[in-house]
Amino acid sequence: MSVESEVSLDGKKLMIAVKGRFDFGSHQAFRDAYERFYKVPELYVVDLKEATYMDSSALGMLLLLRDHAGGDNAEVQVINSNSDVRKILAISNFDKLFDIS
Amino acid sequence: MSALAPVLEPLTILIAEDSAADLLLLSTIVRRQGHQVLTATNGAEAVEVFTRERPQLVLMDALMPVMDGFEAARRIKQLAGEELVPLIFLTSLRESEALAQCLDAGGDDFLPKPYNQLILAAKINAMDRLRRLQATVLQQRDLIAKHHDYLLHEQRVAKAVFDKVAHSGCINAAPNIRYLQSPYALFNGDLLLAAYTPSGDMHVLLGDFTGHGLPAAVGAMPLAEVFYGMTAKGYGLAQTLREMNAKLKRILPVDMFCCATLLCLSTQRRVVEVWSGGMPEGYVHEIATGKRTPLESRHLPLGVLSAEAFDDRTEVWPMALGDRVFLLSDGVLDTADANDQLFGAERLQQVFAANREPDRLFEDIEQALAAFRGEVRDDVSMVEITLQPGQQLRASGPLYADSGQSCPLDWSVSFEFRAETLKRYNPLPYLLQLLLEIHGLREQSGALYSVMAELYSNALEHGVLGLDSRLKCDAQGFAEYYRQRNDRLAQLNSGYIRVHVQVVPVGAGGKITLRIEDSGLGFDVEQVLARPLDMDRLSGRGLSLVRQLSSDVGWSDGGRSVCVEFCWEALA
Repeated sequence: MSVESEVSLDGKKLMIAVKGRFDFGSHQAFRDAYERFYKVPELYVVDLKEATYMDSSALGMLLLLRDHAGGDNAEVQVINSNSDVRKILAISNFDKLFDIS
Repeated sequence: MSALAPVLEPLTILIAEDSAADLLLLSTIVRRQGHQVLTATNGAEAVEVFTRERPQLVLMDALMPVMDGFEAARRIKQLAGEELVPLIFLTSLRESEALAQCLDAGGDDFLPKPYNQLILAAKINAMDRLRRLQATVLQQRDLIAKHHDYLLHEQRVAKAVFDKVAHSGCINAAPNIRYLQSPYALFNGDLLLAAYTPSGDMHVLLGDFTGHGLPAAVGAMPLAEVFYGMTAKGYGLAQTLREMNAKLKRILPVDMFCCATLLCLSTQRRVVEVWSGGMPEGYVHEIATGKRTPLESRHLPLGVLSAEAFDDRTEVWPMALGDRVFLLSDGVLDTADANDQLFGAERLQQVFAANREPDRLFEDIEQALAAFRGEVRDDVSMVEITLQPGQQLRASGPLYADSGQSCPLDWSVSFEFRAETLKRYNPLPYLLQLLLEIHGLREQSGALYSVMAELYSNALEHGVLGLDSRLKCDAQGFAEYYRQRNDRLAQLNSGYIRVHVQVVPVGAGGKITLRIEDSGLGFDVEQVLARPLDMDRLSGRGLSLVRQLSSDVGWSDGGRSVCVEFCWEALA
């Protein structure tokens, strides 16, 4: 498990990449990934290309990020989710809160 | 002295040596290094001194009279138990075999004669480090064990309290519910609740909180409270869900929520109403055809959305007597094998397909999980509810504390509920509470509620919304009916339902007259009442039920107004 984050040059986009198992073990690392930036980006992108698994506490972490990013006004994209992860997002109907692709 | 490694803390060291000269020499060296010395001249004496004085380290000659060093080492190690008492053999032996024997007997090291002071001091220090490490490990192990016991105790107490709350419903008493829950599933956030509504329908909730341990269990209490309270008062799924969602949203941190499926099974109406948010698909199992209709998750879990954004839309499926609803938690599907492969929905489907005896479904699933993984996870929950006839209507409402002296017996009241209210408010629980102020009616509260519920939904669906019950002739039409109901209700901007209640004393008892009017087009009363009372038809059941349960029923105003009466005798 690892979480890496990077802000675009113009400071408007924060990219968070989660690798391996996305579960409670990545809680602190995931929070640090967006809390450590002083400037508030306009768009948050969670890249799950290399995430192999996701549990309900990971869903909770996405909700925390959404809350941090402004709740109902937040723009959070979840990209590159594999079929297993996509299934979990679908069962929870998280597409109603996040832009999932 | 300055050349020697510093001594951390003086130790009590037992030296067992049969040669008086060697013993004197060694004792002097060790004392000079700052330790306290005990002596013995053979193995038996060494064991005796050890038993009495419990030294922290032993220097032992291998070859001694009475009892040799090997035997003494074995005994001392046994006496020391878990504590590490380092034992260093003093030996002039040179062959590998003899040296290995020293270690086999329980020795931790050996020191060849003649003694080298520097090496001896260093070995004593090294052994002391090991001794301290072992002591720390033991101390921490005991501390962890103590905490663990404490935690288990807390969980047992919490579980006992929670079982009283969670199982205050009918989950264990109802003959048509079978469930399987790992004993500590609660502490993995799983929750299973069931209770009867006043009209004898059954509400069932299978929930799964995010996270593990106590944090996952705390949200269960308020959820259970809302579930039981509102079900007993006759609230429908929509209001109950709204209340549960709002409560969880208010009390839970942002990253906690509760995936849940909530069901209302009605034997009278032969239907199951379903709301599911974030749970794996459950199924309605049609026994006659073997068909399994999936109950898909259509919503976000409870506690995520604000009250305004929450969606309480339910789905309704027809059921025949004997049909079953099966629900499960993700612990079943997420059971993983040694290679981290998940059990998954497809394997579950295979178990369904292979199942020959519906009553053995749980066992089949458990066996499949066990074969897949070797052991079952402790957050596995499954429940199966069968639609069964003859759930007796009974007064299951809250206990009343009042004595009955102030019971109102001669009054009337009228309500008019208009479009905006009909859209989102169910007035029945409120009306029922009002009517149960009359003590004589409490015995009949189930029948009263059932009749009110039927007449109200007739007035709403066929009257105000103008829906045709003949749509419900088959399963597909059934779904269509409820789709239209939702759509028309959402767009409603005119219409009303009026409820008139009149209570009069009759002798020592009394009589209540309930009249319900709607703004719809009415219907041909004689033609509808002439239809046969076919109990297996999907539609038209309501009226026969009303006629069975109330003492008198009559329509007027072209079917737009219906009037029922309930009487009661003097209370014993």
